[in-house]
Amino acid sequence: MADTHQPAPSLYEAREPIFPRRVSGKFRNLKWWLMAVMLGIYYVTPWIRWDRGPELPDQAVLLDLANRRFFFFFIEIWPHEFYFVAGLLVMAGLGLFLFTSALGRVWCGYACPQTVWTDLFILVERWIEGDRNARLRLHRQKKWDIRKIRLRITKWVAWFLIALATGGAWIFYFTDAPTLLLNLVTGNAHPVAYTTMLVLTATTFAFGGFAREQICIYACPWPRIQAAMMDEDTLTVGYRDWRGEPRGKHRKGAGAENLGDCIDCHACVNVCPMGIDIRDGQQLACITCALCIDACDDVMEKIGKPRGLIDYLALSDETRERAGEAPRAVWKHVFRPRVILYTALWSLVGVGLVVALVLRPDVEMTVAPVRNPTFVVLSDGSIRNTYDVRLRNKHGEERPFALSIADNDRLAITLEGEDDLIVDVPANETYLQRVYVTAPAGTDAAQAERTEFELRLEDTTTGHSATKDTVFNGRDN
Amino acid sequence: MSDKHKKDDHDYETTGHSWDGIEEYNKPLPKWWLMIFYACIVWGVGYTIAYPAWPGVRTATAGLLGWSTRGNVEQAIQDHEAELAPINERLASAELTEIAGDPELNTYAQNAGAAVFRTWCAQCHGSGAAGAKGYPNLLDDDWLWGGTIEDIHYTVTAGIRNEDTDEEYIRQSAMPAFGRDDLLSGEEIDQVVNFVMTLSGEEPQDASLVEAGAEVYDINCASCHAEDGTGDRTQGAPNLTDAIWLYGGDYETLHETVYNARYGIMPPMGGADLSEAEIRAVATYVHGLGGGE
Repeated sequence: MADTHQPAPSLYEAREPIFPRRVSGKFRNLKWWLMAVMLGIYYVTPWIRWDRGPELPDQAVLLDLANRRFFFFFIEIWPHEFYFVAGLLVMAGLGLFLFTSALGRVWCGYACPQTVWTDLFILVERWIEGDRNARLRLHRQKKWDIRKIRLRITKWVAWFLIALATGGAWIFYFTDAPTLLLNLVTGNAHPVAYTTMLVLTATTFAFGGFAREQICIYACPWPRIQAAMMDEDTLTVGYRDWRGEPRGKHRKGAGAENLGDCIDCHACVNVCPMGIDIRDGQQLACITCALCIDACDDVMEKIGKPRGLIDYLALSDETRERAGEAPRAVWKHVFRPRVILYTALWSLVGVGLVVALVLRPDVEMTVAPVRNPTFVVLSDGSIRNTYDVRLRNKHGEERPFALSIADNDRLAITLEGEDDLIVDVPANETYLQRVYVTAPAGTDAAQAERTEFELRLEDTTTGHSATKDTVFNGRDN
Repeated sequence: MSDKHKKDDHDYETTGHSWDGIEEYNKPLPKWWLMIFYACIVWGVGYTIAYPAWPGVRTATAGLLGWSTRGNVEQAIQDHEAELAPINERLASAELTEIAGDPELNTYAQNAGAAVFRTWCAQCHGSGAAGAKGYPNLLDDDWLWGGTIEDIHYTVTAGIRNEDTDEEYIRQSAMPAFGRDDLLSGEEIDQVVNFVMTLSGEEPQDASLVEAGAEVYDINCASCHAEDGTGDRTQGAPNLTDAIWLYGGDYETLHETVYNARYGIMPPMGGADLSEAEIRAVATYVHGLGGGE
């Protein structure tokens, strides 16, 4: 029971800095490679060029918000095709579900920008200030002598440059990168560009340099959500306590034979970027970066014990392993209904998007009959209807589109401002064309309430066509 | 770490609170979180000082920065007008007939003209420009005073039957009130109305009066509406042979027209109301509605 006379404990605590030790091993190597690839993609992508014709931007990946276009290599997304983006987001969501149910928080440990940039910042910190022990010493040194000031400033400048490059690269995705770079350097870029860059530079610097694991533990909702997607068959980083415990230093003549394999060397704790002890079991703060596996394997090798005291484990194997049996094969853990369902859903959306992309029409129009008024009587008694027709030219150059009525030769079609039935639609634009359809006096269409007909559009360059059903309103309307 | 794990006795720190023996683990929040909370409070207070915030009886505190939504709108309108000044100038000085052929100018004029139309013209001509009884439909191919861009431009600028204008004004005419002013007898009006109905192919009310009506027409009406009834645009005299009637083509309406005459007016938009660019924009818009000549 709580003693009321004791002072109440603090409800807030200062962050304890973490100084992860350098580690090497297969997971560390994998993570180096992944970091190089992902950072490479992030920084290089805006600079890839892609020819789309004279009127369209030649940037391979471009989110042109001002003109409401999204360019991705050979794909161009218009606002009305935003479902592609929605589909990709659904796929990203399902992909996260899939990976989490199969491999736990593999996203957090390997691919999350917070993890990748923190890893990079720690790498820079290690280059400048040395490994764990040197950094600890520097941290504990109260006096700010020349050396400490020099090291700190060097580190902060290096971090700042990385942060600046990170914030800078982001804005290149939204406008032509070479032009923007020139404008940024000469001070002619839009204030929004500078502000965005400044905010992202500041957040990268703060999150990668100082906040680090605090973001994962306190700010990110994903650790909480992920817990709901894991089950006992999920492969995740764990400690074989039945093999390691009771832990203790293996000293000769000190009853080492009664101890487990864990020599309590704290290698796993020292390399952990989250500052936790994996031997405490699964916990919210563990991002499953697998560095403790590398660290422990290294130690096990040195003391001549089998590797894998800390390993990717599934909880369902625990009883089996405690009984001395071998764990079940990895594929048996992975191929279970939940994972198969996620994979199926993910593939379904993916296939749907690819099919939609392939079937996406090259030529498009929308037809809106003008209903104010529904029809106009002309001086010769004929009836005319007006249609607002929007023609989409998705190509990089101006295209002549031909309009016609496919299935009713009594209806005459004319275009506002054009002598013939050809409209020159500017490149990469939706062009509004007023179209007049006239039924001569006394014809069925002129007398009837409504007559359905089909408007046909043809791209005279490619021969591709599109049709739209619409309605002609007569006198009875 | 939030889980303060006391390794030695595997006991967890509690907040010290106890309710019926139920205690609460102490899971301390990070200090920076608390600091951000305080910083937000400070920011919030500063915000209410810098921006309009505290409500009074009639108005709110103005804020040190002098920011206001009304000021924003006024600034936005000014910016917009400054931005459009060059194209408005170009529109005001371009040849009227060349506007349609210039895609940039035409697109601008169509859109600006649509806005002008809805503000200044839609009250009489309708939001869809289909007109109403006595107010011409601007969508059809029938024009009282002419449907070229120049004609429309002049009509918008100077109005129709504008009585307070200089001598050069050319949209002035008046149909005599044949019945009210005793220019024609009741019988003659009856005859001429029946004749006029046949001009556009309608069935007359009394076919026996048509022949006599033709004579009345030749003497009294043909000077303005032309001998064949096709009207005269220089006087704004309607074409009586087509399918379009401004007031109506039935016997009663035509009788009323001949008896009392019609005197439709349109206010001039030039001068104080609309700028030259706005007049040209709305003329271009009306010309592009389907009936432009």
